[in-house]
Amino acid sequence: MSQTQQYVIFKLEGESYGIPIEYVKTIEKMTEMTRVPNAPEYVEGVINLRGEVVPIINMRKRFDLPVPEEAGDTRTIILELEEISVGMIVDSSSEVLSIEDSAIDQTISLDAAVQDDHIRGIGKIDERMIILLNLYKVLQLEDSEKPA
Amino acid sequence: MDMNQYLDIFIEETKEHLQTMNEILLKLESFTYDKDLLNEMFRIAHTIKGMSGTMGYQNIAGLTHEMENVLDLIRNDELKTTEEIVDILFECFDQLEGYITNIEQEGNEGENQSEALIQRLENVRLGKAGGEIEDIQRKTMDEKSFDSLNPLTNIALPEHVQQAAENSRKEGLSTYFIKTSLEEKCMLKSARAYIFINRLERVGEIVYSNPSIEDIEDENFELSFELLLISKEDQDFLEKEVDDISEIESIEFMELRDGQMSPAMDQKPVEVETAAIGNEKENSGKEPSEASAISKKKSEGVNKGKTGKTVRVDIDRLDNLMNLVSELIIIKTRLEDADGKQDAAKVNETTEYLERITTSLHDAVMKVRMVPIERVFNRFPRMVRDLSKDLGKDIQLDMAGKETEVDRTVIDEIGDPLIHLIRNSIDHGIEGPEVRRESGKEINGTVRLEAYPDGNTVVIEVEDDGKGIDVNRVKEKALSKGLITAEQKEQMEDSEAVELLFTPGFSTADQVSDLSGRGVGLDVVKTKIESLGGDIEVTSKHGQGSKSVIRLPLTLAIIQALLVKVDAEKYAIPLNTIKEITTIHKEKIRNIQGNKVALYRNETLPILELAELLRVPPMEKEFEDPEHTVVIIRKGDKTAGIIVDDLIGQQEIVIKSLGKFLNNVEGIAGATILGNGTVALIVDTNSFFRKEGK
Repeated sequence: MSQTQQYVIFKLEGESYGIPIEYVKTIEKMTEMTRVPNAPEYVEGVINLRGEVVPIINMRKRFDLPVPEEAGDTRTIILELEEISVGMIVDSSSEVLSIEDSAIDQTISLDAAVQDDHIRGIGKIDERMIILLNLYKVLQLEDSEKPA
Repeated sequence: MDMNQYLDIFIEETKEHLQTMNEILLKLESFTYDKDLLNEMFRIAHTIKGMSGTMGYQNIAGLTHEMENVLDLIRNDELKTTEEIVDILFECFDQLEGYITNIEQEGNEGENQSEALIQRLENVRLGKAGGEIEDIQRKTMDEKSFDSLNPLTNIALPEHVQQAAENSRKEGLSTYFIKTSLEEKCMLKSARAYIFINRLERVGEIVYSNPSIEDIEDENFELSFELLLISKEDQDFLEKEVDDISEIESIEFMELRDGQMSPAMDQKPVEVETAAIGNEKENSGKEPSEASAISKKKSEGVNKGKTGKTVRVDIDRLDNLMNLVSELIIIKTRLEDADGKQDAAKVNETTEYLERITTSLHDAVMKVRMVPIERVFNRFPRMVRDLSKDLGKDIQLDMAGKETEVDRTVIDEIGDPLIHLIRNSIDHGIEGPEVRRESGKEINGTVRLEAYPDGNTVVIEVEDDGKGIDVNRVKEKALSKGLITAEQKEQMEDSEAVELLFTPGFSTADQVSDLSGRGVGLDVVKTKIESLGGDIEVTSKHGQGSKSVIRLPLTLAIIQALLVKVDAEKYAIPLNTIKEITTIHKEKIRNIQGNKVALYRNETLPILELAELLRVPPMEKEFEDPEHTVVIIRKGDKTAGIIVDDLIGQQEIVIKSLGKFLNNVEGIAGATILGNGTVALIVDTNSFFRKEGK
């Protein structure tokens, strides 16, 4: 029997991306950000999320996409992976889709601006293609996954 | 059943029990005998056995079971507390602690390592009791001892068993207590025991077994087991019945008459019927092993993963917190109701009230995080005992202020430095008994450990009455190590010389411990304490002992900080790292070999620019002030000036972590949330010195 999982879908440069819903804590509008010196370039800064300091990464910068001058109406998806809270700035996010596991193709080389190992698979639903991300790779957590 | 949810509770409670056990053991050693202590200890062993049994930790249960047996004999005066027994009990304690640590870290209790210990306990029990075992039984003949026992153990014999024995007696049947020991070389203990039990089942009914029938099936017993048999046959007949079974070392029969029960039997009453010996006798060899394999697998699967850090909180403190939060809600409502323009006075009043509440709230939350330092101190008596035994020194540990409360984070961190200091005192400070006698001191040395709150800090003192620090030798050593010059050596105060012990170059020298008696890893201690925001000071009188004073902030979560502005960004600098604030004229800052240096109070002061260190995007300035605002920071004796654009002011800040994702960002120690809701980063000034050093 095929399993179904729910994904939060967001858009980046016209492409649709999906992250498993259980990792998503909230989706926020942009708030005031504090720059963090000496942090990786794609880390936009930290925000105060109801008393918690949460680092924010800009997905455009992360995937080497052009960063527009005007931020426009972007969204921040707050993720929670294990004990790590982190926010991702994306172009927009407005839907949740259920994708059957059988409708996910394992990675084929794709013309997305994303390196292959960041992609877990391609979900197909109603003629749409959703890029499913490997969050650990995207957030570069593979090293810190097993904290000393 | 999923036991995972109980795992934390199990670990927490077992640790508490073990702590008490540790204390009792230490007392047992010095006072040798006290009934209350023994009872308490017995209860603890029993509780741990019960809890671990429920959780499926067979090794712990097995060990505590045997401890219980020995303790039971001791408290019933059938065994004397000897040093040997206390030592074995200590080892058992260590083993239990090992199991618990394993459970905490790995999720399972690990390999069974207590076989040997159980055997030794058994030997103590049987060796001592070997000749006296009949004594034990004879003793139990009088009902008094039976009565005095049961209420203490809290293990009531199931009524139906007593009833069964009672009834059978009325029917003219006899009740036998049978203790059987297998030969040591016996290979299939459970099978052998089975043959034995089966034989008896033919001629009577087994109503009790110790260990339980399940344990016997699982070969979860040492060489002996005890049974209670109801039979119409007489003793001779029974003896003959089981006489020809091989590999049995000894069988002791004893007939029990009215109201008599043996103390050895009330430990694990188990109904034999539930073991279903009847129908499955033939398969029994196979099945139990399978069953145990399954249960093992289960416990492995269930108990994976680490356990979280917890704090036990007095319910009063939580209530207080609750009250304050409700007050907060009331104030919120009041502010909502107030119309800013008309009720200016009311708003003011409410704001003042709000301020009071937040202060109390802060207080209350801090208290919730506070844990008595006892948790750290408690492990020291044992350590001192072991060390002094190893070193052949007689050392007494005096502890005071165990109830002093410190933040939970401090508790976790302060243990190692303290161990280090106490070790140093015992190992190098306190002299051997001979030397002490010669120098006219009391033969037993004393290490004193004291904690007390002092304003916003907690002070922990470690003091010994040993030989102290030989300042001259420290100086000589430092000179030979090239840490000081000959001139410095001459001028150096004693207190400064003691400070030398904390320099890393000094302590890594391996002979130092022999020479000065101090210095091994003291720099590590210092670093650790400084990382907790505290400091350490050592004073010493040659020949009279030395004293280390550790001063720690009450809590790590809230600190005083100076807020500064660099271009458009705001940063917080912890106040305890700031030496002073001054202004230095631009022209006074020289550039020497690429490093900026200024002469300040006749000393060269390295100058760093915060904007540069933190790569702050430069801002167009209308006019540049030739006077730079310089915050002089310090780390140990080193100082440096950092240039900032503007000072905002001193403020109490709540430290927040940047989270694991941004762990170890250079130059940043954490973050805090400012009054306007934005985040300001806390500068890690220590990291600037590392840079400076390179």
